[in-house]
Amino acid sequence: MNTTTGVRITPKNGTYTGSIPQKHAIETKDLRVYYGEFLAVKDVNMKIESRRVTAIIGPSGCGKSTVLRAFNRMNELVPTAHIKGEVCFGSKNIYDADVDPVEVRRRVGMVFQKANPFPKSIYENVAWGARINGIKGDMDTLVEQSLRQAALWDEVKDKLKQSGLSLSGGQQQRLCIARAIAVKPEIILMDEPASALDPIATLKIEELMRELARDYTIIVVTHNMQQAARVSDFTAFFTVDNDRAGMLVEYGPTNQMFTNPHDARTEGYITGRFG
Amino acid sequence: MTGPSQPEAIPGETISLQESRRLAKRHKMGRAWYVLFQAATMVGIIALATLLLKIIDQSFGYVAFENEVDPQSLAVDGVLIEDLPKEALVQILQDNISVGVFRRLESEKPFNERSRSDVYDLVVQRVVEPKVVHTWPLSVSLLQRSSVLAEAGEKYPEAYITFVSWIDPQFVTSPQSSDPVLAGVRTAILGSLWTIMITILIAFPLGVGTAIYLQEYAHDNRINRLIQTNINNLAGVPSIIYGMLGLAIFVRSLGAITSGSAFGVGDPSTANGRTILSAGLTLALLILPVIIINGQEAIRAVPASLRQASYGLGATRWQTVWHHVLPNPIPGILTGAILAISRAIGETAPLVVVGASTFITFDPTGPFAKFTTLPIQIYQWTSRPQPEFRNIAAAAILVLLILLLSLNASAVLLRNRFSRRI
Repeated sequence: MNTTTGVRITPKNGTYTGSIPQKHAIETKDLRVYYGEFLAVKDVNMKIESRRVTAIIGPSGCGKSTVLRAFNRMNELVPTAHIKGEVCFGSKNIYDADVDPVEVRRRVGMVFQKANPFPKSIYENVAWGARINGIKGDMDTLVEQSLRQAALWDEVKDKLKQSGLSLSGGQQQRLCIARAIAVKPEIILMDEPASALDPIATLKIEELMRELARDYTIIVVTHNMQQAARVSDFTAFFTVDNDRAGMLVEYGPTNQMFTNPHDARTEGYITGRFG
Repeated sequence: MTGPSQPEAIPGETISLQESRRLAKRHKMGRAWYVLFQAATMVGIIALATLLLKIIDQSFGYVAFENEVDPQSLAVDGVLIEDLPKEALVQILQDNISVGVFRRLESEKPFNERSRSDVYDLVVQRVVEPKVVHTWPLSVSLLQRSSVLAEAGEKYPEAYITFVSWIDPQFVTSPQSSDPVLAGVRTAILGSLWTIMITILIAFPLGVGTAIYLQEYAHDNRINRLIQTNINNLAGVPSIIYGMLGLAIFVRSLGAITSGSAFGVGDPSTANGRTILSAGLTLALLILPVIIINGQEAIRAVPASLRQASYGLGATRWQTVWHHVLPNPIPGILTGAILAISRAIGETAPLVVVGASTFITFDPTGPFAKFTTLPIQIYQWTSRPQPEFRNIAAAAILVLLILLLSLNASAVLLRNRFSRRI
């Protein structure tokens, strides 16, 4: 990790100069996440490009999801979790005392590994988030727009009153994406969104991610390296050090990461030698 | 299957002899447990059925009555009292009972306002005065009818025998009385309903609120763990202890409030705080831990993914609790509450301690009234020496069971309404 080319950021002693602020949706500075005494992730320095798909890959337990959840303060739902360092959204550290995590989570949406629609109608699933966030206006249009953006409208337009749980796994996951879009976030975090889906449903989600990257910044954690290669513009590779703490090894444009990784550990992981 | 000691495998057969022996043993083990579990269930069913049969056996059957005055002798000009007009019946009443009693009846409700059947009942009760001399249980009445009649004819030549259902509309609508034939459970039913209503109104919101707080808001620290442990322990405290607590707090310390005198509405006879309100509050304390624990269990079963989805959309904690955490466990919370309330309806000991009245004939008028409840009434009747009271106790038990089942059924219907969601 000695060279600094393109958007590559060195985890340590990195410089943050030269970046155009608007281009970066999120920037972490020496981010450390602890669960109680245990250091789960250490010293993450990343600049996430706006309106691009960034994939986070790495072996199990390397803190990929933990980092992802640090981006919208979801870690705070774990009572023992706390963080050090900064996660900047624009110029504002979202962990500052005057920042309301509720507002952060509205602007940084999340899609989970297992599709988790509410036990409500398809319509309500999409409309609920907007409603509780006080979004006024034509709810029917918002629901249709969100479902269209999530490439689900044509499949569900005749059964909006049916339960969200009556859909197939892939449809449920797209419903969750529609639900996340409906509150008009700027960033969408996806935690292994396709890991529980069959290949065809996975493909649809991947196409959707590419589609959504026009309007949103997408950060996706994935176990599937082909998926990372297919959908992402940038890839971050995490691994664990000897203290079982997760760390960022390498971060750069996806094609470069997969064809010409700078770090031997990245190469080892990508070529399947470990992890 | 290559070992020398093993039997040669038949082509196509994959299970060796030894393996099939082991398998047979495993199946045998399974069957033994199956029989054991079935037997346990059967014991329970038999015990319940015996209880129910015993109660029903006592609630119906032949009764030998002896009349104080032969109704034939009351006939006027050969017309039996069954056919006499109201005025003649009033005259009979006036002739045969003391002036004081007649005046009291008149002041309760003037005779010209009373219906003929009402007056006829009074004549039967006050003049004819049938007395129970012997009762037979239902089983004997049905199976050995002839020997019952023979025995009655021999031992009680004066008596007449009728088949009586101790539980009948008159039993349910009459107030308490010292005469088992006239006694009813109306006072007790109303007392039970009033008490349980107060119990529900207090215990349900408090219990559910506490469960939500402990499950969704409370941090995992020493104080909260202590509270949790104590709630769990309180659920196992004997009910009579709660009776003592109720006596000390609601009857003694808060007597002014529970008797209503603090609000200027109480009856002077209840100034000691032994009221429906005290009883309801005591039972509420009794079932509060059960409701809390059941509520927590139900809330805990809400999948974490739902909460995360809600928070992930920018919902506040309250929005998450109200829209997602609460609707899901409602059936579970209600189930727990139903069980707890059923327990409260059947409680006797704490109410005895709190001071249920053993004999009142007037209906409770509100939370500040003196009260009795069905279990108290049953307890009271079973401890009487006269055998007829055992019959009406059995009938009261049936009434209690019916009341309990109908309350439960309505609660279950309510629960199913909530759980029928998309």
